[in-house]
Amino acid sequence: MAAAAALLLCALLIFSGGPARASEETSEASPAEHEVSGAGNETEGGSAHGEAVITTLPIVSWKWEEVEVPYLVALWILVCWLCKLLIEANHHVTEYIPESALLICCGFILGGMIWGADKVQTFTLTPRVFFFYLLPQIILDAGYSMPNKLFFTNLGGILVYAIIGTCWNAASLGLSLWGCHKGGAMGDIEIGLLQYLLFGSLLAAVDPVAVLAVFEQVHVNEVLFIMVFGESLLNDGVTVVLFNVFDAFVTLGGAKINAAEIVKGIISFFVVAFGGSLLGFVFGLLISLLTRCTKKIQIIEPGFIFVLGYLAYLTAEMLSLSAILSITFCGICCQKYMNSNMDESSVQTVKYAIKVFANGSETMIFVFLGISAIDKTIWVWNTGFILLTLLFIMVYRIMGVFFLTWILNRTRLVPIEFIDQIIMSYGGLRGAVAYGLAVMLDETKIKEKNLMISTTLIVVYFTVIFQGVTLKPLVQWLKVKRASHSELTLIEKLQNRAFEHTLVAIEDISGQIGHNYMRDKWNKFEEKYMSWFLMKPSARKKQDRLFNAFHQLNLKDAMNYVDEGERRGSLEFIRNEGAFIDFKKKFDDEMSEAMPDIMADMSDDHGRAPPKRRDTVPSVSLELHEQSMRGNRAAEDFNSHHLLQQHLYKGRKQHRHRYSRSHFDINKDENEVQEIFQRTMKSRLESFKSGKMGVAPPKTITKHTKKEQQSKMLNGKNRSYLSGDEDFEFSEGDSASGYDASFPTRVAYRAGDGIENPAFMPDVDPSSTMHIPPWLADVELDSVAPSQRAQVRLPWTPGDLRRLSSLRTSVRSSDSFQLTDDRQGDRDELPPPPPPPPRRDGDSV
Amino acid sequence: MGSRASTLLREEEIEEIKKETGFSHSQITRLYSRFTSLDKGENGTLREDQVNFRGFMRTLAHFRPVEDNEKNKNPPTTEPLNSRTNKLLFAFRLYDLDRDDKISRDELLQVLRMMVGVNISDEQLGSIADRTIQEADQNGDNCISFQEFMKVLEKVDVEQKMSIRFLH
Repeated sequence: MAAAAALLLCALLIFSGGPARASEETSEASPAEHEVSGAGNETEGGSAHGEAVITTLPIVSWKWEEVEVPYLVALWILVCWLCKLLIEANHHVTEYIPESALLICCGFILGGMIWGADKVQTFTLTPRVFFFYLLPQIILDAGYSMPNKLFFTNLGGILVYAIIGTCWNAASLGLSLWGCHKGGAMGDIEIGLLQYLLFGSLLAAVDPVAVLAVFEQVHVNEVLFIMVFGESLLNDGVTVVLFNVFDAFVTLGGAKINAAEIVKGIISFFVVAFGGSLLGFVFGLLISLLTRCTKKIQIIEPGFIFVLGYLAYLTAEMLSLSAILSITFCGICCQKYMNSNMDESSVQTVKYAIKVFANGSETMIFVFLGISAIDKTIWVWNTGFILLTLLFIMVYRIMGVFFLTWILNRTRLVPIEFIDQIIMSYGGLRGAVAYGLAVMLDETKIKEKNLMISTTLIVVYFTVIFQGVTLKPLVQWLKVKRASHSELTLIEKLQNRAFEHTLVAIEDISGQIGHNYMRDKWNKFEEKYMSWFLMKPSARKKQDRLFNAFHQLNLKDAMNYVDEGERRGSLEFIRNEGAFIDFKKKFDDEMSEAMPDIMADMSDDHGRAPPKRRDTVPSVSLELHEQSMRGNRAAEDFNSHHLLQQHLYKGRKQHRHRYSRSHFDINKDENEVQEIFQRTMKSRLESFKSGKMGVAPPKTITKHTKKEQQSKMLNGKNRSYLSGDEDFEFSEGDSASGYDASFPTRVAYRAGDGIENPAFMPDVDPSSTMHIPPWLADVELDSVAPSQRAQVRLPWTPGDLRRLSSLRTSVRSSDSFQLTDDRQGDRDELPPPPPPPPRRDGDSV
Repeated sequence: MGSRASTLLREEEIEEIKKETGFSHSQITRLYSRFTSLDKGENGTLREDQVNFRGFMRTLAHFRPVEDNEKNKNPPTTEPLNSRTNKLLFAFRLYDLDRDDKISRDELLQVLRMMVGVNISDEQLGSIADRTIQEADQNGDNCISFQEFMKVLEKVDVEQKMSIRFLH
């Protein structure tokens, strides 16, 4: 497979390298490429360029020129992504070498192939393509998925590193290189002080793409990550300013620079940085406002962020403000409101689409970085220059980081550790942004442009490849604190909130205005004004974080249910898929709510329950919770919400004892449980009948009821539709089921537990008409295993299932309606109930 | 300490407080002036609960940032008030109103009610409370003991989340 892909790549490139001539989009910067060499030319040779005279009707014609540009673009995207596929196929390689490094190497190979075919580098990474088509989506993704709280908490530190650190890097690098030049270490090159400073400024900035690519595989602790990453994003403000300022200075020439110009330079920094951020902020607000009104066009709702984000970027570029800052803050600002306003499915769409674009672009950037290197024309080697640059970059980075951290630690609550500082300095990677800026240099003004490009490329390769490869072992060797995988727990959320409140109070008591006070004030302001303005009223009501955490956990558990149920019983579910569709149409609303779970089950894979499946199942749980949430928030369907909340996680003591993790009570009264099961099936059949269902095939009906049983375990809300005497038992059943995620359907049998309703007691002894399957009773007895898991598993072995199914195809009657009728008659004859057994009483207290 | 004379802070007291809480001299004096400004009744205590200055300082001491280097210089005989355990104990006591060393469901409900918005109904609150207890409760007594509390919060960065910088 890898070999096939490689062959495909070669063929594609040689082929495209041939016909690809002037005016392809990706080769603006490369010099004359009108070579007529390499394979594939012949096809072009005499082909009509559109204007040739035709003498006869062509059946098909070769229209390469018309599709050339888009074709090449698409082809290159495909090639880059295939490279990524190739790389990811060897997972044990990516353990040691970060993907970005491997992509660059792929780029080398590809570049070599094209060079071999064309003798010129027809495809290079041009600044225009890079800055306009490849970079924005990466930054948008970064801003959109930025952990806001962490970011703003550490904003002070990030700004210090970004602004002061970058300025220091630029100045020190430029000046030292100039000093070395004067000292003669570099031989004879024509670079003046200003040009050195320009060069320094373009190499100073830590690159967000490279940082993301390398750090994502290392998983350092979040403070460290946000520091480096935040710095890499925010230093664009500085980089843009420095680059433009020095570029202008170089153009003006050294003589014209006086204090006024320098002051203007400093002012321009503030304008560019704050202007860019403000612009991004405005666009973020725009998006939030927009999503507030897009309820009717949910289908294209996800698209707005992309369009508006890109416009933010371009607008900032147009006004010569910092485009990266603009799109970053756009993403940061609109996160919260967008996610609240938009429909759940839209949010998911945005999340995945943005990752696709960002990751795809990143891949392409690295591949092209590699390709661009294979170009003889740009390489100028000057040992002193290059080596000194490398050395100074590392040294000054370390110095800068340590010095700034020392200053910061005096004001930080939790100081940044020494080891973290090492990683921070080592993680100052340069990347494609530096290369893009270098290529943008004007070669008329800067004679040694090629030297600078070569040096930049070497620096980029060194940082991405060498530092990228060694970062992971370094992190492990130094025992850097890693990111902790925290699961969402209610108690943590609760405690965090308690801490927040407490801290605000303590700050107030001790009479100082601190961090927490400010944050509290901002939160209040935000809640009162901004949310009111930017969020839909319905969304605003849903704001409570604690409840959302609860909601998430509920969702997770519900999905666990379905998964477990599928895994256990999916063999049964596969059959008769078609019949269910009929069911859905035929039955009225009540039943259709029970259906969604089953439909999802049916349509899913057999037997496996891979985690990915969660994504296909969401319609199940989301519907489940949409129901509950709608009921909750809009108070329309209070019943469903009430019931779900109450019975999914209600902690009635009797169930607590039954379903606690530490001990395990066995239901000794299996028969009763069976009875419940039967009765509920009965009632369902009744209601089906009463709904004028007509003649549905009995087999499917029974199957449905069994599923329904299961689904009813899952959807407490369905209870509202059951007949009255069903309610109570199902409430117990549901709450029982609700409590423990690992209880898919076993619960059905457990439904007997804690059930007060004495009406069921007399059925303990199966009457002749009670069709309690003995195998079910057996299963109950066997399930004395202490772990609930085991209990869960038991009924769902295939053997059990088969036996269960035979319940439906019983000897008695194939027409389950008739069955129902029979049982109905029996039920009416029940003697008055005996008192419930004492154990139940004790538990129910 | 109900007399006006106690409004002046004596040196020995400052030293004692310093040793007990770890605040610096200037911090103590600063907080003392704050205490007196809060102490409207000028009787040396805050509110009816009779929190005197020592108690005030002791409570505030819980919120000092954790410092590791302190331990190296002179390991304190008793655990400093701002250690992680003590911070958590303080937090625990916020919930445990009846001081029985257990957070029962009702105590949790009270705190929850204060912390969530008004949109949440009582049943939902009850469910949240139950689930919260379920997450932490290991011995099945339906209450959260301090050990369970500590265990379930072991991943939380208490040192940072429960500290403020005291101005000098």
